[in-house]
Amino acid sequence: MSNLSEAEVRAEVREWLAANWDPDMSLVEWRSKLADSGWGMPQWPKEWYGRGLPHALARVVEEEFANVGAVRAASSGVRLLAAATLLEHGSDQQKKKFLRRILTGEDTWCQFFSEPGSGSDLAGATTRADLKGDFWIVNGQKVWTTSAHHADHGILLARTDWDAPKHEGLSYFVINLKQPGVDVQPLKQMNGHASFNQVFFTDAKVPKENLVGRVGDGWKVAMTTLAHERRGVDAMSALPRSGSPKGRIYLEERAETEKANQPYTWYPQRAGRVDLIIDRAKETGANKDPYVRQEIAKLMTLAKCAEWTSRRARAAQQQGRPQGPEGSLGKLAGSHVARACARVHTLITGTDVMLTGRESPREGIIAEILVSVPAVSIAGGTDEIQRNIIAERVLELPKEPRFDTGPFRNVRKN
Amino acid sequence: MSTPQQSTFVSPRRIQFAFTDEQEQFRSAVRRFLNDKSPTTEIRRLMATAQGYDPAVWRQLSEDLALPGIHIPEQYGGAGFGMVELCIVTEELGRALLCAPYFSTAVLAANAILSAGTEEQKSALLPEIAKGTRLATLAITEPDGNWDPTGIKVVATPDSDGYRLDGVKSFVVDGHVAELLIVAARAPKTTGLKGLALFTLDANAGGVERRLLESMDPTRKIARIDFRGAHAKLLGDLDNSVEPILRTLDRAAIALANEMVGGAQTMLDTAVSYSKLRVQFGRTIGSFQAIKHKLADMLLDVELARSAAYYAAQVAAADDSEWPALASLAKAAASETYLHIAAECIQIHGGIGFTWDNDTHLWFKRAKSSEVFLGQPSYHRELLMQRWGV
Ligand SMILES: Cc1cc2nc3c(=O)[nH]c(=O)nc-3n(C[C@H](O)[C@H](O)[C@H](O)COP(=O)(O)OP(=O)(O)OC[C@H]3O[C@@H](n4cnc5c(N)ncnc54)[C@H](O)[C@@H]3O)c2cc1C
Ligand SMILES: Cc1cc2nc3c(=O)[nH]c(=O)nc-3n(C[C@H](O)[C@H](O)[C@H](O)COP(=O)(O)OP(=O)(O)OC[C@H]3O[C@@H](n4cnc5c(N)ncnc54)[C@H](O)[C@@H]3O)c2cc1C
Repeated sequence: MSNLSEAEVRAEVREWLAANWDPDMSLVEWRSKLADSGWGMPQWPKEWYGRGLPHALARVVEEEFANVGAVRAASSGVRLLAAATLLEHGSDQQKKKFLRRILTGEDTWCQFFSEPGSGSDLAGATTRADLKGDFWIVNGQKVWTTSAHHADHGILLARTDWDAPKHEGLSYFVINLKQPGVDVQPLKQMNGHASFNQVFFTDAKVPKENLVGRVGDGWKVAMTTLAHERRGVDAMSALPRSGSPKGRIYLEERAETEKANQPYTWYPQRAGRVDLIIDRAKETGANKDPYVRQEIAKLMTLAKCAEWTSRRARAAQQQGRPQGPEGSLGKLAGSHVARACARVHTLITGTDVMLTGRESPREGIIAEILVSVPAVSIAGGTDEIQRNIIAERVLELPKEPRFDTGPFRNVRKN
Repeated sequence: MSTPQQSTFVSPRRIQFAFTDEQEQFRSAVRRFLNDKSPTTEIRRLMATAQGYDPAVWRQLSEDLALPGIHIPEQYGGAGFGMVELCIVTEELGRALLCAPYFSTAVLAANAILSAGTEEQKSALLPEIAKGTRLATLAITEPDGNWDPTGIKVVATPDSDGYRLDGVKSFVVDGHVAELLIVAARAPKTTGLKGLALFTLDANAGGVERRLLESMDPTRKIARIDFRGAHAKLLGDLDNSVEPILRTLDRAAIALANEMVGGAQTMLDTAVSYSKLRVQFGRTIGSFQAIKHKLADMLLDVELARSAAYYAAQVAAADDSEWPALASLAKAAASETYLHIAAECIQIHGGIGFTWDNDTHLWFKRAKSSEVFLGQPSYHRELLMQRWGV
């Protein structure tokens, strides 16, 4: 960790931006500079495209970038989950090969965890990887894979040992999607979008050096990914900013963001759009109804409390406490907020809730909220799973009874 | 319910989301003291007395830890800290359910004097409060139980050297033991917020009749006080007499929210440890997913309410303009959470939770009475909406 002061960091980043930032540069050229200088991910280690700054100071850098309107490193999709996992468990060769193109936005990533037979029970994966010569040969099926339809690489959890107990027979890989053995088929969701896919692997190849961690470490490595996912290092941070300043780089950035975010346009809606509540209440006059006022106040209180709770968790982390299961609390709170939003939007909107698409208020946004919120409590680990984690890891209550011990070969499958 | 409108939605930027090391050490010291002085045997002994507290413990709390004046500036004999430290104290008091006239003296009365008093009055009144040598309280509510100051009916009629008070106050916390009364009253023939002001008088003055009420929560005593021409002095000045009343109530709401969070945490801890001990169907009940999930939800609820209470304290300490709205937010959030957690704690105890001998009901009753003390959650939610300009 660096011992720089806030003022020193501010001065340094300002000076660097003054010397380097140019909105007429190409996007990749600029982001390459970010990767080389470490200013793109200031909280990453110095050796790996970062500057080793604590989170509090990384925020200072963010502020300075915002002040001059400088474009940040790419952050959409699961790229930062993959990066965080590689930083912790990857080999130097992997970091060199993947991290830079993650930051420049040249590569897009997806997450191959869930399968038809293993969702919550992630360790029950039956997609297999068998070592043949210099390659792992992958066969099986993944599902609900967001963004797989334009991803270059996936982080893949696959079984490499069928005689080991369930959690010990898994390994973690980086797989290239641009190969004949990978067949991506979009799945349409209840909200009409098709942001996730089912993906079939038929003798797909993963070079030996793309194994992350050791053989059999897959579960441990996947836990790192999930911890970051719950904490919310996700697509949301990459949603387009408002305003449209001039310069070639902004056009390129907008095009890139649009493509990268295409699967995520409905993500703000699935979180419930608490930001719209007051305006909507004023616009419909529902803010005069004492019952609705009470419900709005309850919702806003919940949303504020959730926000402050995550700020508290972050502050604790900045004081040096490790990333713990508090991410599960935040995720569960997010589900409550989303559901409460859907309820209050309905109260405010009334009979118009029967409409969808352009007929629905706010060009369909309200309808999209109502049919997208159910995803929040499922994606990234269901609410029930978060409750198990909180109960067992924070409150130290007994673990769930197990029916899946012994060699995985003999465990009852879905 | 008319309060000044504020439509600040944006959170101030430099609000602390973690306590400093010094604050954590202070909390530990308070907690150690309370663990020692307020075992449930003591709570049960004191709650059954009319006085309701142990003067020896109060003296120690005042002399050794300087708690009554923690938030009172040093120039008035206090420790010179602020809302955050005051709320650390109330949280710990709520956790331990100490029977003591702290909320009345330190939270209500001291804040009223700090908010309304003239320089001279602060210098005269605060040092004794800070030292713990004079108990005091604030009388706002009347027998109709309305916390909205516009509903105040007690009248203060000017006379030759001060005012005469007539009317009835009720739900006055520690009104039976307080030596100094601070009373919210209005000028004759005024309505609404107009004409309201605070007045001080000796609790044993002529024309003051106090009666201890039978309170559901026996750890927090409340009294009814009748005023018949009782002689009182104006606290502060008439040009700015309403704002200090609102400010005091809002500060108290934040302190109470923190107290409730402390109580809720005790209920959660109690429920968790009981669920690890109690065996049914050949396993601890804490191994049943119904109980595990209930406890996980309870933890989340407590953490959410805690965030509101802490944040409101920080924002009030910074005197940011958003703080009164957040006082209402925190009060409403913590009220509902505390009661819910206490009820679930009883539920997890099964039949034993419904007995007098089990301690859970002590906190449950504090939760129930705190729910309405300083205003129901629905009242505060409406205030929140108004203060946010909705
Ligand atoms: C919008 C969206 C995007 C997604 N994106 C991805 C992605 O990019 N990559 C990826 O790998 N996956 C992705 N997923 C999959 C997601 O992680 C899984 O859907 C989720 O983990 C649940 O698994 P499942 O669907 O198999 O449900 P199941 O595990 O079958 O669960 C069914 C129900 O049983 C409950 N349940 C299961 N186990 C327990 C238990 N032990 N205790 C109590 N209740 C239990 C669950 O809570 C749920 O209510 C996505 C899902 C959604 C909805
Ligand atoms: C007012 C009152 C009157 C009563 N009158 C009578 C009477 O006349 N005659 C009589 O015989 N009894 C009577 N009872 C006892 C009553 O039936 C028991 O209290 C009740 O069955 C719960 O048992 P318990 O108290 O041992 O709690 P426990 O069984 O210890 O339960 C503690 C907690 O664990 C939960 N729990 C227990 N097992 C499970 C499980 N498998 N899955 C999920 N959660 C579980 C419970 O729901 C509870 O929340 C009375 C109780 C009360 C409160």
